[in-house]
Amino acid sequence: MMQRKPAGPGAAALVAAGVGIFVIGLMTTLAEPLPALKNALAWYNPAGPLSGKTGVGVIVWLLTWVVLHAAWKNKNPDLGRAFGWALSLVAVGFVLTFPLFYEIFTR
Amino acid sequence: MSLTARELWTVLHGLIFGSLFLAAFAGGLAGLYSLRPDLVTVAGIRERLTRLLAGTWVMAAVAWITVVSGTYVVYPWYRASPPGSPRNLLLADPAKKLWHTFGMEWKEHVGWFAPILATAVAFIVAYYGPQLAEDKRLRRAAIWLFALAFVAAGVAGVFGAFLNKIVPIR
Repeated sequence: MMQRKPAGPGAAALVAAGVGIFVIGLMTTLAEPLPALKNALAWYNPAGPLSGKTGVGVIVWLLTWVVLHAAWKNKNPDLGRAFGWALSLVAVGFVLTFPLFYEIFTR
Repeated sequence: MSLTARELWTVLHGLIFGSLFLAAFAGGLAGLYSLRPDLVTVAGIRERLTRLLAGTWVMAAVAWITVVSGTYVVYPWYRASPPGSPRNLLLADPAKKLWHTFGMEWKEHVGWFAPILATAVAFIVAYYGPQLAEDKRLRRAAIWLFALAFVAAGVAGVFGAFLNKIVPIR
């Protein structure tokens, strides 16, 4: 009989992915009306602010994953709820990176 | 018959790495979907898991290589300042401007979703292994994430192919 692993690490991977994607979207939308932020996100000049927007997203994703994994390692959080959060964050991330949406803030 | 270094990198980024991810998606999806005790035997699950584990990690790695090469190698050539750069050519032509302001602007951001989602799926497959066959909710969540990774890579790939047709990087 196989010993069942807790749902926590799976839930942590799901939610962290959603958070990382949401943050990439948030940086994309916020950088449009805030030139100072846009400039600050140009970590690698040839690639411009894209390097910082995605860099912040990846760092937040990894940190969130490490923290949630440690917190839920031996726990069984509601997987359906975690998945719901992940799906919602990914959906919002898609909207926030959609040019027709974030260009509203530059008009 | 020759290619410039820029053309070679564009081919590697889009046609080799990007297409490999999109093409491998169907196999990965079939592997995740069929990982069910009512469809395959215990031995079958074990055999599929080995393939699925290797496949999902390779896909995650390929997705990372695609976005990193795209952002740090190909994209700087696209957005360079000379008037003849692909970005400037698009912006200078009102009939083609939307390819940059919509196509490229969406593609460059949304493409980064694919490696994050694919890595989460690869981790779930690696961590849970055979338990994935019994845990319907976890398997469904992995399938959804995998499908969303495909959608993100698909958006980036389709716009990338059109952009390279309209203003090739040379």
